Amino acid sequence: MTVTPLGIPRRLLECTIDGEPARVPEGSTVLDACRAAGKDVPTLCQGDTLRPKNACRVCVVEVEGSRTLVPACSRRAEPGMEVRTDSERARHSRKIVLELLASSVDLSTTPKAAEWIKEYEAKPDRFGPDAARVNEEPRIDNELYVRDYGKCILCYKCVDACGDQWQNSFAISVAGRGFDARIAVEHDAPLTDSACVYCGNCVEVCPTGALAPKTEFDMRAAGTWDESRQTRTSTVCAYCGVGCTLTLHVQDNEIVKVTSPHDNPVTHGNLCIKGRFGYQHVQNRG
Amino acid sequence: MDLHFGDGKPTDEERAAVDALLGPPESSWEGADRSDADLRWARGGRAARDRRDLLLPGLHALNDRVGWISEGGLGYLCRRLTVPPAEAYGVATFYAMFSLKPRPATVLHVCTDLACAAAGAEALCTGVEEGLGSGAGVERSPCLGLCERAPATLAVRAGDPVRTAVAAPATVDEAVRAAAAPDSAPEEPEAVMAVPQAGRDDLVLLRRVGVVDPASLDDYRAHGGYTALRRAFELGPAEVIREVTDSGLVGRGGAAFPTGRKWQATASQPDHPHYLVCNADESEPGTFKDRVLMEGDPYALVEAMTVAAYATGAHKGYLYLRGEYPRALRRLEHAIGQARARGFLGDDVLGQGYAFDIEIRRGAGAYICGEETALFNSIEGYRGEPRSKPPFPVEKGLFGKPTVENNVETLVNVLPVLTMGAPAYAAIGTERSTGPKLYCVSGSVARPGVYELPFGATLGELLGLAGVREGLRAVLLGGAAGGFVRPDELDIPLTFEGTRQAGTTLGSGVVMAFDDSVPLPRLLLRIAEFFREESCGQCVPCRVGTVRQEEALRRIAERTGAAAADDIALLREVGRAMRDASICGLGQTAWNAVESAIDRLGAYA
Repeated sequence: MTVTPLGIPRRLLECTIDGEPARVPEGSTVLDACRAAGKDVPTLCQGDTLRPKNACRVCVVEVEGSRTLVPACSRRAEPGMEVRTDSERARHSRKIVLELLASSVDLSTTPKAAEWIKEYEAKPDRFGPDAARVNEEPRIDNELYVRDYGKCILCYKCVDACGDQWQNSFAISVAGRGFDARIAVEHDAPLTDSACVYCGNCVEVCPTGALAPKTEFDMRAAGTWDESRQTRTSTVCAYCGVGCTLTLHVQDNEIVKVTSPHDNPVTHGNLCIKGRFGYQHVQNRG
Repeated sequence: MDLHFGDGKPTDEERAAVDALLGPPESSWEGADRSDADLRWARGGRAARDRRDLLLPGLHALNDRVGWISEGGLGYLCRRLTVPPAEAYGVATFYAMFSLKPRPATVLHVCTDLACAAAGAEALCTGVEEGLGSGAGVERSPCLGLCERAPATLAVRAGDPVRTAVAAPATVDEAVRAAAAPDSAPEEPEAVMAVPQAGRDDLVLLRRVGVVDPASLDDYRAHGGYTALRRAFELGPAEVIREVTDSGLVGRGGAAFPTGRKWQATASQPDHPHYLVCNADESEPGTFKDRVLMEGDPYALVEAMTVAAYATGAHKGYLYLRGEYPRALRRLEHAIGQARARGFLGDDVLGQGYAFDIEIRRGAGAYICGEETALFNSIEGYRGEPRSKPPFPVEKGLFGKPTVENNVETLVNVLPVLTMGAPAYAAIGTERSTGPKLYCVSGSVARPGVYELPFGATLGELLGLAGVREGLRAVLLGGAAGGFVRPDELDIPLTFEGTRQAGTTLGSGVVMAFDDSVPLPRLLLRIAEFFREESCGQCVPCRVGTVRQEEALRRIAERTGAAAADDIALLREVGRAMRDASICGLGQTAWNAVESAIDRLGAYA
């Protein structure tokens, strides 16, 4: 029998989103409240399976009485709070954040980035051709996944997924400071010399494609990666008795990527090296 | 925790340095030789992980002993504390004073910040680089807090013990000599030399500086020391808080938050233990008042911390001292040791049955750690990145517990509040800004130093006292995070409300005078470099915004008028987003000085 935990009933609190009254359960974030009211706010560093880090600042909204803008992803909604998601001030900061990001890293594989850049009329080129970029070659030091630092926005999600929020491997951390900060293993060694267990849970949460399975990375490089031609098939991992739900991403009758649904109560989107990367035998048609 | 360690082995020296801090390892799990007993159980675990806050002291121990942190040394420290090596690497690379690459045992830090740059720091750098050759490393440093004696250098020679020597004002010869032989370098002038008003009997905060022997507890007591603490014990904690609230004392670190309210909010938290943190990470360029207080009157800070802790129900206090203040560290270590030996700290302070002790934690070169929550992370052994607020420190601060954090100058003000009583204290200054205030005056003045004036004196009066030189072009108030004012605005009253009304800020009390000798665009570029260098990198507006700000200022360094207009518009847009959307005060204020230079001084016009 499957029991769905309902939790303790939560009281509703009333706040105002863009002038319209809204009622959300206590403990909700401003982002939850905005989404419930049908006002979507862009997010990058926010993850549905992770605690908010509020580092990217693309979700900022205006809250009456607050000196600065407020990150919607982490701030709890309070009774009587007056939130403006679309004020000139909030839109300005979002636009600048998008410009700062797009002028310093490659957002070409970030879902929705192009859409937001258009919506907010961001012009990343206006910092000039000499604007500093995170110019780094992709690091390919293992057969399973690639670290493309030129796409990294330092959202901390991979660090959190590797650390105490999910995997407890603590293989990576942010090293350095400011614009020179990078996600790194100790002494910036190759992954193969680190505590990495290749679960790929960092790849799963990466919002920009800076971390990508080797298959996806190679196919993108070859120009053959085409999500419109991919199907998704749900199955159960056959390796051990946990029974993780797998989603097989199949293109041209080949498995090109394996994920797990984030709302799955067993995995929460996480897998291990076998479930995520150990699918070659399925395709062994020899 | 199943941690992965590399193959690097610590040298004997590195092992000794870590063991001196943590004691010898108990088992092979912590890096000792393997014995049969180790096969039976694993030690470490939770007990070791609870000592995570010793990571920063451990990194200091390694860096102090050998001058840099090797793979083997870091690995051994991680084993001892059960800290993942990747995390420890992230922490070590956060701080400017640590090196993860081999470097000479002696490093000469040459301040290239505002006051020193105006006093010829660049020529000094070139000179010492030639003079020292490969025997010592030369590192360009942000403000060393010796602005009254610009240009300043600090030599650090790794060893057991680590040796330091300050040369300021430094000639190339003096700096080279200090780096070549830190032991025989002449002792730097006493703190009182930075107090041009010394000897005047109307001083309150600075009255003991230069008068008492900073090493003698008896001398401190003979000059009125520990009367405030005795009064506090007579009043009881609630009354002490009431006195502080009634006095109108507000924080002197820059934010001007009412101290009494902060104490009350902490004291009333049901969660325990409560902590007291003294923020002595004085890193705002141009600020050196806390250094003068700590070097000249260290027991005053010890007493003030005891009062604050007693009032807020804390039994443990942390003094987070910036790493570039070796003499303040020595003085305070000595003072705390003496106070402990004589019963002014410890299990039974003054026989009142109240327990309190102070632990000093050294910063390691990170301006951001002066931000209150970044400072908590730094003490706890994490990267010194600010936390998002709420929750506020009074509720969840150090180690997640209710914490009251005050700046050195704020705490020292508590002593006169108690000795003279709240009404008398509140009578000093203006209605909204009460008490005496310290100002750090440097730059183009005849007598740079720390000045004490009651709130309400004008900028002109202060500069008059310091002997401002001819040809004043601009005054920077509040440091890099503050703003410039014009020479015709010297009637601005130096109060929180007065500066706010004038559209500027008092900040931490920096008053830096500039004449025509340094082009304004150069100063602005230095300020922008400072913020780019010191941004922790956590949030995008600050991490990338400070870079874009510096790039734009570099482009227009030689331009004016229409040629600069586009970049100035760009600066305004980026600046507005940094102010609105950054996590902490660093990003929020990174554009202040540049904006004020454009708007008030007409830079690039």
